[in-house]
Amino acid sequence: MSTTPSGIIGRPTPRIDGPLKTTGAAKYATDFHIDGMAYAVPFVSSIASGRIRNLDTSAAEKMPGVLLVLHRGNIGQLYRTVPGDGDATNSEVRPAFEDDIVRHWGQYVALVVAETFEEATSAAAVIHAEYDLETPKLRSSLDDFTGERKKGSHRGNFDAAFGSAPVKVDQTYVTPIETHNPIEMHGSVAVWDRDQLTMFETTQGVVNHRVVMAQTLGIPIENVRVVTRFLGSGFGGKLFPWPHCAMNAVAACKLGRPVKLCLPRRMMFSSVGYRPRTEQRMRLGASMDGKLLALSHDYLNSTSLLDDYDEGCAEATPYLYSVANLSVTSGLVRRNLGAPMYMRGPGAVPGLYAMEAAMNELADELKIDPVKLRILNDAEKDEDKNIPFSSRHYRECLEVGAKKFGWEKRTVGIGSMRRYGKILGWGMAGASWVALRLPCTAHVEFHANGRVSVRSGTQDIGTGTYTTFAQVVHEKTGVPLDRIDVVIGDSALPDGPMSGGSMVTGSVLNAIANASTEAMKKMIALSTGTEGSPLKGTKAEELEFAEGRIRKKDSAAGDPEFAEILKLARVDGLSAEGKTVPTWEDPQSKDKSLHSYGAQFVEVEWEPDIARLRVSRVVTVIDAGRIINPKAAANQIAGAVVMGVGMGLLEETVHDQRTGQPINGSMADYLMATCADSPEIDVTFLDYPDPAMGEYGARGVGEIGLAGVAAAITAAVHHATGVRVRELPVKIEDLLQSKILQA
Amino acid sequence: METFNYVKAPNVEKALASAEQAKFIAGGTTLVDLMKLHVETPKTLVDINLLPLEKIEKLPDGGLRIGAMVRNSDLAWSDEVKKSYPVLSEALLSGASPQLRNMATTGGNLLQRTRCMYFREPNAGTPGGYGCNKRTPGSGCAALDGFNRMHAVLGTSDKCIATHPSDMCVAMAALEAVIHVEGPKGKRTIPFADFHKLPGDTPHIENALEPGELITHVDLPKPVEGAKSTYLKLRDRASYEFALASAAVVARVEGGHIRYIRVAMGGVGTKPWRSHEAEAALMGKPANQASFKAAALAALAKSKPHKDNAFKVELAKRCLVRSLKTATATA
Ligand SMILES: Cc1cc2nc3c(=O)[nH]c(=O)nc-3n(C[C@H](O)[C@H](O)[C@H](O)COP(=O)(O)OP(=O)(O)OC[C@H]3O[C@@H](n4cnc5c(N)ncnc54)[C@H](O)[C@@H]3O)c2cc1C
Ligand code: SF4
Repeated sequence: MSTTPSGIIGRPTPRIDGPLKTTGAAKYATDFHIDGMAYAVPFVSSIASGRIRNLDTSAAEKMPGVLLVLHRGNIGQLYRTVPGDGDATNSEVRPAFEDDIVRHWGQYVALVVAETFEEATSAAAVIHAEYDLETPKLRSSLDDFTGERKKGSHRGNFDAAFGSAPVKVDQTYVTPIETHNPIEMHGSVAVWDRDQLTMFETTQGVVNHRVVMAQTLGIPIENVRVVTRFLGSGFGGKLFPWPHCAMNAVAACKLGRPVKLCLPRRMMFSSVGYRPRTEQRMRLGASMDGKLLALSHDYLNSTSLLDDYDEGCAEATPYLYSVANLSVTSGLVRRNLGAPMYMRGPGAVPGLYAMEAAMNELADELKIDPVKLRILNDAEKDEDKNIPFSSRHYRECLEVGAKKFGWEKRTVGIGSMRRYGKILGWGMAGASWVALRLPCTAHVEFHANGRVSVRSGTQDIGTGTYTTFAQVVHEKTGVPLDRIDVVIGDSALPDGPMSGGSMVTGSVLNAIANASTEAMKKMIALSTGTEGSPLKGTKAEELEFAEGRIRKKDSAAGDPEFAEILKLARVDGLSAEGKTVPTWEDPQSKDKSLHSYGAQFVEVEWEPDIARLRVSRVVTVIDAGRIINPKAAANQIAGAVVMGVGMGLLEETVHDQRTGQPINGSMADYLMATCADSPEIDVTFLDYPDPAMGEYGARGVGEIGLAGVAAAITAAVHHATGVRVRELPVKIEDLLQSKILQA
Repeated sequence: METFNYVKAPNVEKALASAEQAKFIAGGTTLVDLMKLHVETPKTLVDINLLPLEKIEKLPDGGLRIGAMVRNSDLAWSDEVKKSYPVLSEALLSGASPQLRNMATTGGNLLQRTRCMYFREPNAGTPGGYGCNKRTPGSGCAALDGFNRMHAVLGTSDKCIATHPSDMCVAMAALEAVIHVEGPKGKRTIPFADFHKLPGDTPHIENALEPGELITHVDLPKPVEGAKSTYLKLRDRASYEFALASAAVVARVEGGHIRYIRVAMGGVGTKPWRSHEAEAALMGKPANQASFKAAALAALAKSKPHKDNAFKVELAKRCLVRSLKTATATA
């Protein structure tokens, strides 16, 4: 690959792991086939609430090929983890089989292990459980909340300001339960070698996974290794371990054989998290000319019986706009469902749907252009924490987006815009997402075979981490991309961050840059001290490392490749470590408000006579700091927009109100946007480096593209149809209410 | 999935001889799916992929003979079908996905089973599972007061409200196809309208096939001269979803009046729904919005919505009105 190091940061760069993926050579967790491997299949509860009175596994144990049926009676001790202890973050409080109480449909009751997957599946089908049934709490609406609301951000006097505001919006917005549907299902392969456990996992955090597994199994952390070479995405569902991982590890230990467990898609809907339902009351008070005077965000979200999962819907509320009087409260409503889990843009995505939908309603109320309303209320500083923004170009996102979209051609009347016999609806919304740099370590090593490797205990969720890491090493050392090996996805490597919160790029690049610089210094030193080196005896200050060579700053003489020096020194590899200082310790960033911003402009096409509505066009402008690889980054944003189409119009997990089963738990019945639903998408990056984010100024782009899309869609729907939908997704049932019957 | 025997039949005779206690497997896109879900538990699978039933042939009377093994994609893209029976081509292409259509066969499509989510639950119809009269007569119907947004509003009974999910069949109902079968008692033909059964008290009996009978081909009558045909499918997303409401229309207009009309609907009925009511309301009437609306009203007059699917009544009406408009439009 012939690229010049100087321009590599910011250049659209094809994925270095692309050929592995397209040829099937990339190994995902359940692609690891180990000699002697057995197969595990869970048996799950068919009720949502009650007690297991009797569990009969005798028929299953006699089935052909069955090696073990694991259950509460024989699993032994599994431990809970202490949140934050040893940095362990778990998904669920309760380990598998801890008691005989069933708290949700699909809870693990037993695990069958057999010689083949088919045998395990057949045996699981003949396990018989009897339950003492209790009435489950399944009501989808959260209106039965009676508890005390938790108080969040607060400033000024909301009640007084809202009471006297001349223009008001007071509406409740609802988002349904949505299920993470990465194409790669959850899976685990556990291999014991005496007391050493290796787990091939599909996890967004190998380092955390290792700590949690050691704590859950009650074994020393140094005995556990977690490997995730490739992930078929996760969307947050794979951030922390789920109970099946420990279950599988115990089975492998008892059998003294490797065991593989791959959750079927059906169980992905009940056992490994979901975005909970939210009900968010938004109250906005404004002056006649559109200045926000008061803002409150009172939300509820559903959670399981044992897990205190707070969706954090008001994540962006306190800083996005300038408003003197603000109040945030929240509450959790328990349901007989599995534990919720962070899903792409947790908190901010449902929260900004509500916030931005309310802003659009306020704009309509005031008869002000919604873009103008937002610019009018742009914040100069983070009014919540009373600190400056590190780098905020929200206004420019709005202006550039409006221009690219052609927003000035919008006519405000409902159903007033038409094209080729269809009505057009236009809507827009703002977006935001946090930025953070986590502490982490990377190693860069020069090898005598002419290659350079970079190592860090993080993983590539599918976004292009392998490639961005190689870009940085290439930029620093000048060694071409095809001689750079990126080694990640292994807890044995130096500690790296989770692939979550869009933080990997912003965090690890700094450590890699530091490690590269250190390693080059060491190479220079070696070149001056090695017998036979053309640079032997030269002062290090006179030398520089460029294009994989060490050369004199003032002449091209000498100029050996690093590999020559290593060979002369009879050294196989020379490495150095680099660290990233977290944003909260760095004086450049610690008193700054770090966020990315964006603007979403959406066009829908509406055929009233057949109630057909499709998103036809999206313009999205993103201010996410410097963009390291525009190709991969645009892919993240476009993918998120497509997910936003699903959030706006399609996605919803429906639980049967009698059994608590996610009744549409399949890829055919749980509707996500297909290629045919994908609109024309125009992605623009403003590309301003954020000085608080270190050398590269990158903030990460994994989540922000989803924020705001649903609110822009509901605004466009209203513009086209006159129907105001405040409960997602927008359904045909809602659209049939439109008074417009012909285009 | 249960253990089963597998036989590959080289010809129709052998296929019929092996058919006792067996299921034929064609594309397998319905059958294998349902075997994995424990809905179908055949003791023997007779693979009919070698049978010489994969041709599309013109009949001497101007009709079209479609072999039972003709793949949905081949049928949809056949020149003859595109030219003379566009409603069928459009219906096929609106269904499933390209991969599925490449496997799915004409015979298999006729016999695809409902997508009722309760029916597809492995333990439906067993004690402790959801009631499903289609799976086990007398076990009840979980959909009646369950989540029934996808379910039928026409032809339902208090025993079952499951929709017939096929798009192809809706077009064939409007085209008045004839199904040819061969079985232990010989050959016979079944008019399309008599092939699928209403649930009534016996929702487990879905069609007129006798045990061991093989569908050999489907005949389409000679295309109606001067007629236009169209298929419209409405659903939540743009592809890969079964119909919420669909309509197949074959119409001929002369002097502004409707002189030939066949109407069938999908997504709303417990079988591919031929609407004689709509046809009666349209025959001889001017081809205008008022007639279309009257026909839609007539077609849905007997609809019986449940908790989550009332919207289908209005949606089906709109679907029909638009399809009638398309099929009767003068170029
Ligand atoms: C995810 C998904 C989405 C789909 N979406 C749609 C859609 O949108 N619209 C739509 O219309 N369809 C849809 N389908 C259904 C698809 O069209 C059918 O599965 C397909 O047509 C069945 O044909 P097959 O050849 O695969 O049948 P098989 O699965 O092989 O057989 C089905 C049944 O027919 C019997 N059979 C097959 N051939 C004969 C014969 N010649 N004589 C007697 N019995 C026979 C078999 O014994 C079996 O009982 C979808 C299917 C899936 C899995
Ligand atoms: S609608 Fe029919 S198929 Fe569905 S549960 Fe009821 S009886 Fe079974």
